[in-house]
Amino acid sequence: MSDAATPVPSPAAPSAEHQEHHEHPPVPYLAIAATLFVMTGLTIAASYAELGERWNIVLAMAIAAFKASLVMLFFMHLKFEKKTMVVIAMIPYVLAAILLFALFPDVVFGQYHS
Amino acid sequence: MSQAHAIDPAEPAIPTVYNGKLAMWLFLCSEVMFFAGLLGAYIALRSGDSARFHDGYKALHDHVGLAAFNTILLISSSLTMAMAVLRGQQKQTGQQRMFLLLTAAMGTLFLVLKGVEYSHHFHHNEYPNTDVFFAFYYTLTGLHGFHILCGVIPIMGLWGFAKNKDVSHETEMVGLYWHFVDLVWIFLFPLLYLIPA
Repeated sequence: MSDAATPVPSPAAPSAEHQEHHEHPPVPYLAIAATLFVMTGLTIAASYAELGERWNIVLAMAIAAFKASLVMLFFMHLKFEKKTMVVIAMIPYVLAAILLFALFPDVVFGQYHS
Repeated sequence: MSQAHAIDPAEPAIPTVYNGKLAMWLFLCSEVMFFAGLLGAYIALRSGDSARFHDGYKALHDHVGLAAFNTILLISSSLTMAMAVLRGQQKQTGQQRMFLLLTAAMGTLFLVLKGVEYSHHFHHNEYPNTDVFFAFYYTLTGLHGFHILCGVIPIMGLWGFAKNKDVSHETEMVGLYWHFVDLVWIFLFPLLYLIPA
């Protein structure tokens, strides 16, 4: 019988042993966080640029999307996950984009303007 | 080290992804849609009639410094959460618990500062029923704050449990949730504070 002090995977989960050894390469967490700080400064600076409201939104959202992808890829380890996992995680963003753009023809370009 | 095994309910649905992590990702998928509905309504209404958002934007822009500091806080707490997950996997319990405590502290400070900002708004008679902008502002930041609170509590729980138990998987799952809450703020911050109306 094995020593009780070591966390032995229970017999009910035979693949747990395999998971414990599932490693990903070291992630440069500090560099990622530093980039996120810089991008936060950048998005504040960009808000003072007079591009017109629509382009200010596009620029702010582009920076936010870049920051979000850094968080998802590195902090949430999506870069190192199985493809299936990545597909599952990305589906709601596709749906959210459809949801948003489905509203646009009516609300932004439509008859509510008149 | 048994090789052959029959059908096992504990077998992960996706190899190398334990079921708890898959379940957390599925939960986060529903959370994305939850916030997408609110943010989508906000973006669509604002793009359609930006004049109605002018006063609100002016009021909020005075607090951009505080909000920027809160952004830095949340990103830092994401960093310490990622470190807690890493130390958990490396079985360095002491450091894991320290990083968990740091994360919870920064999450709590975020909530306190949000409360300070709310009290400023109340002082200027800016309530949820003031205009459509503040209706969105309180709904979005209130629900986000509630998510922060729902993260801080299990993080403190993990801090307690990690003393006697291996909670590396649980830390990773709560970590995913915490990064998601950071993710929502990454979109909320520019959308509420930075886009001129």
